[in-house]
Amino acid sequence: MAVTVHVTSVIQQVVNGQREFTADGSTVGELIDRIEDNYPGFASRVVDENGDLRRFVNIYLNDEDVRYLGGKDTALKDGDTVSFLPALAGGL
Amino acid sequence: MSDAATTPRSEALTPDEVMRYSRHIIMPQVGPQGQRKLRNAKVLVIGAGGLGGPVALYLALAGVGKIGLVEFDVVDLSNLQRQVLHQTADVGKPKIVSAEEKLNAYNPHVQVVKHHTPITSDNAMEIIGDYDIVVNGADNFATRYLVNDACYLAGKTLVDGAILLFDGQATVYKPGSGCYRCLYPDPPPPGLVPSCAEAGVLGAITGIVGSIQATEVFKQILDIGNPLVNRLLLVDALTMEFRTMKLRRDPSCPLCGDNPTVTELIDYDAFCGSPPLEMPAATA
Repeated sequence: MAVTVHVTSVIQQVVNGQREFTADGSTVGELIDRIEDNYPGFASRVVDENGDLRRFVNIYLNDEDVRYLGGKDTALKDGDTVSFLPALAGGL
Repeated sequence: MSDAATTPRSEALTPDEVMRYSRHIIMPQVGPQGQRKLRNAKVLVIGAGGLGGPVALYLALAGVGKIGLVEFDVVDLSNLQRQVLHQTADVGKPKIVSAEEKLNAYNPHVQVVKHHTPITSDNAMEIIGDYDIVVNGADNFATRYLVNDACYLAGKTLVDGAILLFDGQATVYKPGSGCYRCLYPDPPPPGLVPSCAEAGVLGAITGIVGSIQATEVFKQILDIGNPLVNRLLLVDALTMEFRTMKLRRDPSCPLCGDNPTVTELIDYDAFCGSPPLEMPAATA
């Protein structure tokens, strides 16, 4: 499944500075693994040492938080957009 | 001392106020009645820096009657690339003093209340209790969780915003409709997500996100439009795309979920693994 991946500036640093790119995966977990294959260091930004999704990084399938879908098992289809959004604290 | 402190709030608008706010009053969504609502409103802004500056500025220009500022820092030269309330001559001055001077210069009719202290678990409920709406312009996770919890426990609406590099986020938390803990259940371990001081921030994005927060405050006070509740607005300044994600109340949220375990304010520095804030010494 070819999906469009959006990342924000913090994660952008580990995907060659891209904000948006295309990647494959039939589930969110598989997508993370495929992105990691291409951009080593990506997965550790979004999953912890146990392989669980980090709780300060939200992953959206289109506009829905995957925590309310199937987490890493959330199924993807062609044309979906997956966004990785770490918490921001800046205000100053 | 501002005029607002001595003018009974229920009084009709003065000719000066009618003229000053005419571009608002002429809109049917505001009108004289809406302008009086703004004059009677009490809004607390956490931080008088990148986000808090433009928020407080637009609240003051619009005649929001009581604007509280919580700020303990002093103006640094590196603030001036983005913090619109502070100027070159203010370097070394307490930000809260600099902010009050500018807001009063823009609009002497509004009352600026200075809370010259870090917001903490010990003082948050007391400070927040005096206001109708709270706006978050904090620059660290510990303060963000603290303000979130305090607003929920006090039943106050929180207009939230955050920025980093070229990214911005904004949303509105109304008690019972989800909170910051529903969005991000845990803070990142220290060092994993950089601060603006560490990573940088585009000056103008503070104005974009701060203006969005101010707009949401006006909508709350005037009870107009569709608030940014249950929606997380994402701003990408590089692509200049605005996207909106769904934000839900999490039934398992420890604060606002079905079986809450956070029922009073906690130690947020310990929760976030961050060192406690220290008051800097003012140099002017």
